[in-house]
Amino acid sequence: MRLLMNKRFSVILIFLMVIGLFNPVSLKASEEEGNIDVKEIIFHHLGDGYGWEVPFSHVYRIPLPVIVRAEDGKWICFSSARLTEYLEETDPTTGKVHVIAAPKIVDVEKDGKTYQFVLAHVSKHKNKVVQIFPMAPEEEAKVKSEAKNNPEIQGDIDKAEAVIGGYVGFNEVYYKEYKPHDISITKNVLALLIAAVIVTAMVMSVVWWYYRKGMKAPRKGVGFMEMLIDFIYSGVIKATLHERAKKYAPFLLTCFFFILVMNLVGLIVIFPGGANLTGNIAITLVLAVLVFIITNIMGSKHYWKEIFWPDVPLFLKFPIPIMQFIEIFGIFTKPAALCVRLFANMMGGHMIVITLTLLIFIFAAFGAVAAGGSVFVSVLFSIFMLCLDVLVSFIQAYVFTLLATIFISMSTDKGHHEAHGHKEETKEEAQPAPQGNQVAKA
Amino acid sequence: MELFTPDFGLVFWMFIAFIILFVVLAIWGWPVILKNMDQRADTIDKGVEYAREAKAQLDSAKEQAQKYMEEAQQQQAEMLREAARMKTQLIEEARKEASDEAKKVMDAAKVSIEQQRKEAELQFRNEVSKFSLNIAEKVVRNNLSDDKSHAALVDKMLDEIESN
Repeated sequence: MRLLMNKRFSVILIFLMVIGLFNPVSLKASEEEGNIDVKEIIFHHLGDGYGWEVPFSHVYRIPLPVIVRAEDGKWICFSSARLTEYLEETDPTTGKVHVIAAPKIVDVEKDGKTYQFVLAHVSKHKNKVVQIFPMAPEEEAKVKSEAKNNPEIQGDIDKAEAVIGGYVGFNEVYYKEYKPHDISITKNVLALLIAAVIVTAMVMSVVWWYYRKGMKAPRKGVGFMEMLIDFIYSGVIKATLHERAKKYAPFLLTCFFFILVMNLVGLIVIFPGGANLTGNIAITLVLAVLVFIITNIMGSKHYWKEIFWPDVPLFLKFPIPIMQFIEIFGIFTKPAALCVRLFANMMGGHMIVITLTLLIFIFAAFGAVAAGGSVFVSVLFSIFMLCLDVLVSFIQAYVFTLLATIFISMSTDKGHHEAHGHKEETKEEAQPAPQGNQVAKA
Repeated sequence: MELFTPDFGLVFWMFIAFIILFVVLAIWGWPVILKNMDQRADTIDKGVEYAREAKAQLDSAKEQAQKYMEEAQQQQAEMLREAARMKTQLIEEARKEASDEAKKVMDAAKVSIEQQRKEAELQFRNEVSKFSLNIAEKVVRNNLSDDKSHAALVDKMLDEIESN
């Protein structure tokens, strides 16, 4: 019965996905424009946004708070719904009315002063909220004439469609722009917080089990969670760090589950998911920087000795410090590799799925048969790629944790004498026995 | 490109979110889970060990019981044999004693019979002699002349009786 339900559920899911592809808005877009800007669409889907798309709509957004620091140092907060207005537009050929989202200038009153913001489009800070200052006509004319003399600036300057540094074009007018410090709760930030809540819930479900059921063996969800924890803790952390495992386990386990959940949530197409989190370099950068900080702060004497005076022939390290240079370079490349690996893998996965979906709209130009065929093929491939991405999500989370564990292990190693290491191992193995006795006494 | 330049806001929130998540889980999450998982593993190990020991004990107890049973049976058999032996011995002894007693009684009876016979003989002799004397007297009274030959006759007759 359950199997049947699952089957039915998956059929509905696939059906919904196909429906989503035939969404009237998106089809119309391709009809109108003829050739679509593939790059623009891909980067829009991979990038961040001030609102979150309402499922199956390309127009409406779930509003999120925008938090920016204006030029005079005041923090200003407003809803992202104010950045756009919904306009009704009549299609000239079919006569149908549909809604489009158009950017608009936001006026925020604070302490008797008016601040103006806009979602930049014709600017160096594209798709970011910028503070704008209206210019006097003569000032604007001066900017435009200067821009016309600059051969590097391309586009229609008179219609304010050319990007000029320091200025933002909006509705055929240039404004002076200021890029504020921006800590808005964007789509990615909200997805991040949701992922954090999910991880907390997952971990706490296991903890809660221990408080309620004690030593009983957990099943289903909690059992799976415990299996994962044990897989990482026993298989990776303890196997590499031995007696130091307990100390670094919280960081590494948090890393693993946070990355895993972010990866998986990113694969869900609609609202609580759909944010390309681990495919965003800011996220992986923070994780890599944390690993960098831990490896270098906790680095043992041995680790620093290996960097500044490695066991190599003297000529490699004395008059010209070749080895030192390489080693110091290595300190930075290790976390950088972590950062880029996760970022590139996840972004690549997302990019492939989007491209496969976009194939439909590219082939739609060649007629109904090509469109129909490409729908079938691209849905098939998209599903296959998404399944593969589920696997990649797990593998990348695992690989990140594994490498972070190895880096920490290398930097906190007290020395690599065989006998010493062996002694530690036996000590570690002998430890559980007295613990067991304590439990028995309790 | 936009994708390759980390956004300050996202870095900021990621850092905060990660640190908060890490602190929360490092205090209330992971240590509890790892400790409990270790404890449970130990408990299970001990349970298995305990079960194995219990089984071994049970097996040895069974063996012991079997041994005791066999011993008891052996003892019982031995006791039965002993009892049988004792029974025959007792019977034998009783029989012997009884026969001894009977013999003694018989002997006593024989002795007394002999004595009585002797007494009776003596009495009879006296009686006979008295009778004889009376007879003799009568004979004498009748025939005193041949006293001596009569007396001899009497004695001879008496001896004949005695020898009978």
